[in-house]
Formats: sequence, structure tokens, C-alpha cells
Amino acid sequence: MSQENMNNNAQHYLAEFDQFQETVERDWFSEQRQSALKLFIETGFPSSRLENWKYTDVRPIAKQSFSNVSTTTSITTEEIDAIRFQDIDCYELVFINGVYSKEHSRLDGLTENIVIENMADALAKDKDLLEKHLSQYADNNVSPFTALNTAFIQHGTYINVPKNTVVDKPINILYLSKDNAQPLATHPRNLVIMGEHAEATLIENYIGLDDANYFTNVVTEVSLSTASILKHYKIQQESVNAYHIGNLNVTQGKDSLFKSHSISLGGSLVRNDIYGQLAAEGASIVLNGLYMTDGKQHVDNHTRVDHLKPNTHSTENYRGVLNGKSRGVFNGKVVVHPQAQKIEAHQNNANLLLSDDAEIDTKPELEIYADDVKCSHGATVGQLDKNMLFYLRSRAIDEDTARSLLTYAFVNEIISDISLVPIKNRLEHLIIGQLPDAELIREFTNE
Amino acid sequence: MLEIQNLHTKIGDKEILKGLNLSIKAGEVHAIMGPNGSGKSTLANVLAGRDGYEVTQGSVEYEGKDLLELAPEERAWAGIFLAFQYPVEIPGVNNVYLLKAAVNAIRKNRGEQELDAVEFLALIKDKMKLVKMKDDLLSRSVNEDFSGGEKKRNEIFQMAVLEPKLAILDETDSGLDIDALKIVSEGVNSLRNEERSIILVTHYQRLLDYIKPDYVHVLSGGKIIKSGGPELALELEEKGYDWIVKDDKGENEAA
Amino acid sequence: MSTNSENMEDLVNKDYEHGFVTDIESDTVAPGLNEDTIAFISKKKDEPEWLLEWRLKAYRQWLKMEDPTWAHLDIEHIDYQAISYYSAPKSKDDGPKSLDEVDPKLLETYEKLGIPLQEQKFLAGVAVDAVFDSVSVATTFKGKLADAGVIFCSFSEAVKEYPELVKKYLGSVVPAADNFFSALNSAVFTDGSFVYIPKGVRCPMELSTYFRINASNTGQFERTLIIADEDSHVSYLEGCTAPMRDENQLHAAVVELIVLKDAEIKYSTVQNWYPGDENGVGGIYNFVTKRADCRGDNSKVSWTQVETGSAITWKYPSCILKGDNSVGEFYSVAVTNNYQQADTGTKMIHIGKNTRSTIISKGISARHAQQTYRGLVKISKSADNARNYTQCDSLLMGDQCGAHTFPYIEAKNSTATVEHEATTSKIGEDQLFYCKQRGIKEEDAVNMIVNGFCKEVFKELPMEFAVEAQKLLGITLEGAVG
Repeated sequence: MSQENMNNNAQHYLAEFDQFQETVERDWFSEQRQSALKLFIETGFPSSRLENWKYTDVRPIAKQSFSNVSTTTSITTEEIDAIRFQDIDCYELVFINGVYSKEHSRLDGLTENIVIENMADALAKDKDLLEKHLSQYADNNVSPFTALNTAFIQHGTYINVPKNTVVDKPINILYLSKDNAQPLATHPRNLVIMGEHAEATLIENYIGLDDANYFTNVVTEVSLSTASILKHYKIQQESVNAYHIGNLNVTQGKDSLFKSHSISLGGSLVRNDIYGQLAAEGASIVLNGLYMTDGKQHVDNHTRVDHLKPNTHSTENYRGVLNGKSRGVFNGKVVVHPQAQKIEAHQNNANLLLSDDAEIDTKPELEIYADDVKCSHGATVGQLDKNMLFYLRSRAIDEDTARSLLTYAFVNEIISDISLVPIKNRLEHLIIGQLPDAELIREFTNE
Repeated sequence: MLEIQNLHTKIGDKEILKGLNLSIKAGEVHAIMGPNGSGKSTLANVLAGRDGYEVTQGSVEYEGKDLLELAPEERAWAGIFLAFQYPVEIPGVNNVYLLKAAVNAIRKNRGEQELDAVEFLALIKDKMKLVKMKDDLLSRSVNEDFSGGEKKRNEIFQMAVLEPKLAILDETDSGLDIDALKIVSEGVNSLRNEERSIILVTHYQRLLDYIKPDYVHVLSGGKIIKSGGPELALELEEKGYDWIVKDDKGENEAA
Repeated sequence: MSTNSENMEDLVNKDYEHGFVTDIESDTVAPGLNEDTIAFISKKKDEPEWLLEWRLKAYRQWLKMEDPTWAHLDIEHIDYQAISYYSAPKSKDDGPKSLDEVDPKLLETYEKLGIPLQEQKFLAGVAVDAVFDSVSVATTFKGKLADAGVIFCSFSEAVKEYPELVKKYLGSVVPAADNFFSALNSAVFTDGSFVYIPKGVRCPMELSTYFRINASNTGQFERTLIIADEDSHVSYLEGCTAPMRDENQLHAAVVELIVLKDAEIKYSTVQNWYPGDENGVGGIYNFVTKRADCRGDNSKVSWTQVETGSAITWKYPSCILKGDNSVGEFYSVAVTNNYQQADTGTKMIHIGKNTRSTIISKGISARHAQQTYRGLVKISKSADNARNYTQCDSLLMGDQCGAHTFPYIEAKNSTATVEHEATTSKIGEDQLFYCKQRGIKEEDAVNMIVNGFCKEVFKELPMEFAVEAQKLLGITLEGAVG
């Protein structure tokens, strides 16, 4: 498909949009939807001639005519119980094929001043507040996918934690996808507003329940006021035939902390963007990530941190394990703006290639316009360390097990940093399951 | 137990061992001494089966079997233990996991029952006292952020847990202060018995003050050029290596 | 700027040292570029038909291309029709036969530049080919090199004397249409250096070329072609200067290295084109394509560059590691001060098995300068056991400058190992203070620290060049801290 055809295909969303507009009431946000859609149609899907999309070709998404109409919105309690964290008490929102399921969501016991609700409800009720925040942190001009999402905002999660409030339980969002009458496109939109000194933990899960072909195009916006803290987890386990484009946009106030773990395990073509703006002194951002790919998966992680003000800090650590014919892409950019002095920014990306047909393209970037900085980045591509392998073998461990164990150890650098134990355990379990000789490693670690 | 005959080894194009002979019986402690670059560490690594060492001539028989045929882990199963000169750090792999896996791999291959968690814990608690290991070293990743002394102690601790038949200690004394050396030596001494043979590879006589060898061999230019009892080590300490190495010029069959 | 403690005379002396204009009558063609200009150049140089055709083909491809915009550079629009594409010092039509015949004013110029062109400097052991504006003026040491079988001459001479070699290798590493500037160069190049080292020969001395742009409104488009035949070895040095002029001048060179089995080329550059004044007026646009093709097994190329000059530098000396066990190295020091801009780095393309590459890049940015390291390490599927190590450090002096690092790593082989590390930091205040407390002047302290920072690269340079490079660094950074 040529670039022109790809952009002609953007037109498909015009028709979808007309249909969509009939289902939602005209409201204060309608105009913004319209202009976002216009922008998307004008720009079209991003071409791989653009530096930002150099290694990721979105034509497999562009050439399909995904439908906006969800035909399957029910799920059995058994199905959902199999997915839930059983060992952790949390507030939980459940979305099935993009549509909020009040039935399965669990929001009991929520203190009155904290808001956790479906975006569609918030749009109807909270105009005044949403007007100030919605679509203020994610820029439609930065990614056409964000513009597309903005046009179709309906379901999603709206969280507002007021000043000096600590949310007592983690907030767990489950975006579940299963087979639909027509391949489905969903555009979940999440907005998190943290007041001064507020604290919360948020987990975004994207899970394919079967091997359906669908397209998830999510945008999450986070606003952190002075000294607030958000711990954010994204666990992406879409179906093997699914497309996932995720944009996470964070704007941080003074002394705030955003700590992210982004784990990508599923999906056929996946792109995760994180865009952090350190907009006031003392703000810190920690970005940890892991991608494990196999088969023909393509997983692209892009991050960008803007140090706009002095005394801001960022650290980033992403690791990838690539098997089969899969391809991983990492692009981490740190920009230190003029006058933003006393900056510390450190970034690392390490990759293991397990198969001869796997590929990794990595590009850590520093763009620095101030001088009082301590910045570093590193990137490695390699295999398991030969000395470590020999050491393990000389300690009676056979070669295959030693390899699996060291692969696990490599990945565990990211996982071991997770403070929420049930999530850590769940991820360990999932990750070991993706490694060769899973059983053997389980023996090792199930102490 | 161990019979090395006319062993020649190359690393890349460089010949390191040039016809080494050595015979060790069960329960004996042999010290291999020699100047830097004489091939001591090469011998230790060849016995443990490290990649990159090509045996061009000669044989190594261990308990009647051809040792050189075996993979590193198979040698470990057969009871060979190498205490590394530079113990490897393995971030992300817990020290105890490693040991438990090793113990059970060895037991499995000997047709013994594998240990469960309780039995294993009892075993290591016992062995930890031998080298005065601190508890927290167990819960950390293998050798990661260990001090030099802690790493060496960890090696001897592993040796105690794995109960090898032939232990090769490669420069275990290097980088240790006197207190650490004493602790490590006591650990090794407590592991001496009639069945267990030990090869001590060292540059200095100091270690032999604490671990008394039955035999001392001088390795130079890839061969053993002189062998004797513990008194040979003292002589070396006094006179250095030069006199032997010079002596050897001309007469090649000293071992 | 710390001007208070310095007297004026010192300050004046710190300006661009090589900014004199030589008063020589030049034979310069009127500005403008079309097929006639190219035919004129070709005719002037008495070239064979095939070369003219080659030039015209390149020109036609260039017409279809656009100026590259991907670099992190702010380049003012270049009017390619306002440049004169040929300028030669006017002297006897048939050119100098020996040094004695070279215009004494030219020799004076070279002496000012400190080039060991004269016989008495033969002891330095350097054979020099000097390119003045567009034309090669003299090549020393011809006889001695000929004894060894080494060919070292101007490109024009090579076209006449060794047409088969030129025809075989020209454009085989950097095809004419490789990029905008290589296409332009291929169409209009006027001269340059040619080196051929025969099989099994170790070149008995360092070979050196000095480039100088003298005439105004001219561009310089030289071409260097070096062929190291099997099991041969050569070390080649290149230096460049230009007079101070208010307008920007374009320098778009192409360098091609061909390295056959077991051969080695060491290529060192000290680039000191006029950088423009402290307000960013004038200076050379240095847009250069340099590439080495390690065709044979066990071949090796080492690029070392010290880049202190030019208003804008756009340059990525690269290695294509085709032969098994071939080795590519890139050592670079780039200094940008005032309004200088540089976007420079390397490409290491691993194709053969067991290929190795090392990249050491040191960038220093001062005042308003912007500097970018841009590199590509590509491990092809066939490159079993390929290894790369990259270390890229940037030092910032002053809060208005910028330092940027854009490394691309593309790996398709699971047995490859690639390591990239980069740091960016300010020049150490505690180090400066320590030196000053011990009685060292700030500028000397800066020099010491910066030289230490660049040491890994300087040690790769031939002795003579290393000394020159250190001096240049000092001059370039005068008054940058304070």
C-alpha cells in the first residue's frame, strides 16, 4: 500500500465518526472532537519516512477498516475472575471491547471526595473540571493517533484525587477485548488529576481474551500537582493479532513524582509513547519498561522527557528480550531546555537477542541546551554473558537451564523494582511463562 | 583420582601448557605454585572445562574417565569444584537459588533424593558457620556488590555446600587480608578428609602457612619443573622462583 | 569572557591564525552551475570523455535532489548559482614540474601554515600534496615514494597517468548519487589527492595533504581516493585552512578509501577551516562525505579527526566492514565555539563475520555553539560475532550552548554485541578550582582539563599532528570559560 492509499484510508474514519456522532449526544466537547478528526484526516496515518516512525510501519493498521461498533460487551464472572488480581484489594474498572461494564466494576468503599468513574459519565456531569483538563496534556498535533482518540472520546477512566488525599487501594483498570462482529477499534481515554500532596497507584491492563484482530488506541493524560505521587503500571497483554497504540502524557508540578512501569508482552504491532513534562522545579520521573517479543511481534517503545525547569530529575531503564522473528524498537529522548540547570538525567536500554531472526533498533537520545547537567545514556545489544554461563555450569547447572535463568535474571532487573508485590508476582509468573524452559525457572524461583 | 599426562593447551595461537604431568590421589592436597604467566590459572580452567582453551595433546583422567570429554556441568556433577580467582557477579540471580539448584542438580545426577526447602536450609545454615558467612549475603544476588573477601568466602561456602571430591582453589588467597585469609583457610581445612583432594593454585607461600599441602609443585613455562614436600614452598618464599626457573634451562624433565 | 587580566595584544593574537589572504592572480570561472560549467572544468583539466560523462550524470542526478534537512543544523539557504566552481592559481599553463617552479608566494603561504613543504623539512618524513583552492600545486617526495611503488599524486594527474585505477575505483565507495553533496562534488570536483599502495607495501612515510581555500566566492570540491592493495599499510594526514571572509564558503569534499585483504589505512584529519567570527559571520560550510570500504578479510580502517574549524560541519566518516575480521575505528574530537555548529559522527556497517568497530567521540561546545553526535551502528544478519563499542562524551562550557547525542543502533544478529555509552556534563568546577588553587591560570586549567578529556583521541594521531591539534584546541576555546 502506498502512502497515498494509507492516507485515503484515514477517510474511513470520517464515515465511522458520522456514525459515532449519532450515538453520543451533542455536548460541550463536540467541537473539539470535530477539529481533532479534521486534524487526523489532514495528517493521516504517520509514514515511516517520519523520524518518529522510522522503524515502525503502521500500514497494517491503516489498511484495515476497523469498526467503532462493539457487538460483544458481556463477559462471564468466571472469565473475569480468572484475570483479576485475587490477592490484592483494589478499586476496579472493567471495560469490555471498549465499553464500560458497571456490572463487573468494583468501586465500593470509595471515599466521597475521590472520583473514579467512566469517562462518559464524567463528560456528562463534570464539564467545568474536564474543560480545564481534558485534552490539555495530550497534544493532538504530536501524534495523529492522539487526534483520532480525541475525536472518539467516550469510554475510559476519569480519576480525580483531591489535595492531601491518599487513595487507600490501587486502582486497577481492565480493558478486555474479545472477538467482535467486525474487527473493532477502541479509543479508551483516561484522565488522572492529582491534587497537591495526593497519592495513588494506577494499573492499566490491556488483555486480549482470545486471538481476535482488533485495534486499541488509548490515550492517558496525567496531571500531577505539587508534591503529588502517582505510581503507574501498564501491563499490555493484547491478543497475538491485535494492534495497540498507547500514548501516555504526564505533566508534572513542583516536587511531584511519577513512577512508571510499562510492560509489553502481547500484541502483533505495538507502539507505546510516554511523554513526560517536568514543568516545575523538583519534579522527578522514573520510567521502567520491559518488552518481551516472539513470533512476528513488533513492539516499539518511545519515550520523551522534557526538563523544562531547573532541578528536575529523570531516570529510565528499559529492557528487551527478543525471540523468533520479532522486532523491538526503543527510542528514548531526553531534552534539557535552555535555563533548566542542575539537571540529572540517566537512561539505559539493554537488549537480548535470543534468535537469529530477531531484530532490535535502539536509539537513546540526549538533546541538551543547558550546561549544569549530569546526563548519561547507554544502550546495549548482546547475548548472555559467557562468564556467567560458565560460572553457573561449573556449579552443576546444565546449559539450557543456565541460559533460561540468566534471561530471567536480565528481565528481573525491571520486575524486582516493583513495590506492589501482587503485581510483581503476577508479572514474574507471566514472564517466566514466556521464557524457554519455563518450568525449570519456576523450580528455581518458587522458593 | 586425577591423572594428567603430557597436557598441552593453547589459547588462540598461544601455547600455555606444554606437556604438564600431575598425579593426585584421593585425600591429597597439592599446591601448584609458579611465577605469573606460568599457566597456573590455565590449568585450573582447563580442569573445570572453560571455553577458549584448546587441548592439543595429552590426557586428563578423572576417576578412570576422560575428563576432557565432559561439559562443565557434567564435571561439577562428577564432583569437581573450581573456586574462581575472580568470582563472577550475576545480578538478578539469588545466591541461595543458585546453590539449591546446584545441590539438587548434583544429587539428581548421582541418583540421590533432591532436598526440599527445609532440608536445604538446614544444610546451608550448618555450612555458613564454617566460613562465618553473614545471613544477608545469602539473600543477595550472586556476588553482586560483595567485597573481595566476601566473594572468596562465598566460593568456599559453596564448596562446603557442594561437597566436591576434587576442589581446585584458583588464587583464593589473592586480595585477602590476613583475617579473611584465616577464615577462608579454616573453612578449607575443615573440609579436608580422606576422600577429598584439593589443588591449591597460588603465587605466594602465605596461604600454605594456613593450609598445609602434602605436595608442592612449581609450574613454569607450561610445565611442572620441580616437585617436593611443604619445605619446597618455604624455599621458594626465601629464594623466589628465579633459581629454579634458571636451573631448569637445559634439563627439561624435572617433574 | 575573562578579558580583564589579558592584554589586548594577546587577545588579537588569539583570533583565527590562518586568516590571511594570499595575493596571487587566480584563474577563476564566473559563478554559476550548469552543464557548460562542468564541460569547462573537464576541458580545463583535459579530461577523458568518460569522466565528463560521469560528471554530467552526477549533475543530472543532483538536479533531482534536495538539500538534506535531517541534521540538527541551522543552515542558511545556499545559492548554488552564486558559487564559482573553479579557481586555480594562475601560473604557467603546464603547471609546476618541481618545487622550484612553484610560485614563491604560494610556498610562502604554506610556510605560514607551517607545512613541511620544503626540502629541508624532509626530515620530518612527510610527503605533502597541497591543494590550493581547487588545484593541487605540489607533491613532495615523489621519487622516494616511487621507489616503494607508492603512487601519491594529485587527482588530475592520476586521471592522466593511471586512468584504469581511477576508473575502477572512483565512485565505488561513495556513488555519485549517494547524497546531495556527494552528487554535487561528483559533478564539479576539481582536484584532490590520489594514493595507491601496492600489494605487500608498507608506505615508507606518512602521506599528507593540505587544503586551503583562498579565492573568495569559490567553493572547494576536492576528491580523495586511496586504495590500499592486499597486505599494504598507509597513514594519511589531511589538514585544512581558509582565509577570513565575511561570506560563507562551501567545501563539499568526497573521500573514498578502499581497503583490500589484510591492508590497513589510518586516516587523520585536522580540520581548521575558518569558523566565522564571534558573531557567527562568515566561515566555511564543511559538508563532507568520507567512507571506507573494508572489502578484504582482516582489513582495517582507522579514522581520526580533530574538528575545530568551519561555521557548519556535516560529516560522518564511515566504515563498511565487508571482509571477515575487518576492523573499523573512529576517533573524534570536535570543538565548537561562538556560533559554530557541527553535526558529526560515524556509521559502522557490519557485514562480515567477526567484524569489530570502536567509536570514541569527544565533543566540546562553548558559548552559543551547537554540536551533535550522530552515529549508526548496523549489524547485518550475516555479521556473526560482530562487536561494537561506542563511547561518546560531551563537555559543555557556558549556559547558551548545546550538546546532542543521537546514536542509532540496528542489530539483526543474535551473536553480536553492541555497547553504547554517552555522558554529557559541564566542565568540572571542582577540577577548575583545584587547578586555580594550585596557581594555574583559568585558561590554562581549561586547556589541561579539555586536553585530558580528549586524550583518548589525541593518542591516535601521529605525533606532529597531535601537538598541532592540542594547540588548535587551545586557540579555539580561548576565553570560552569565565
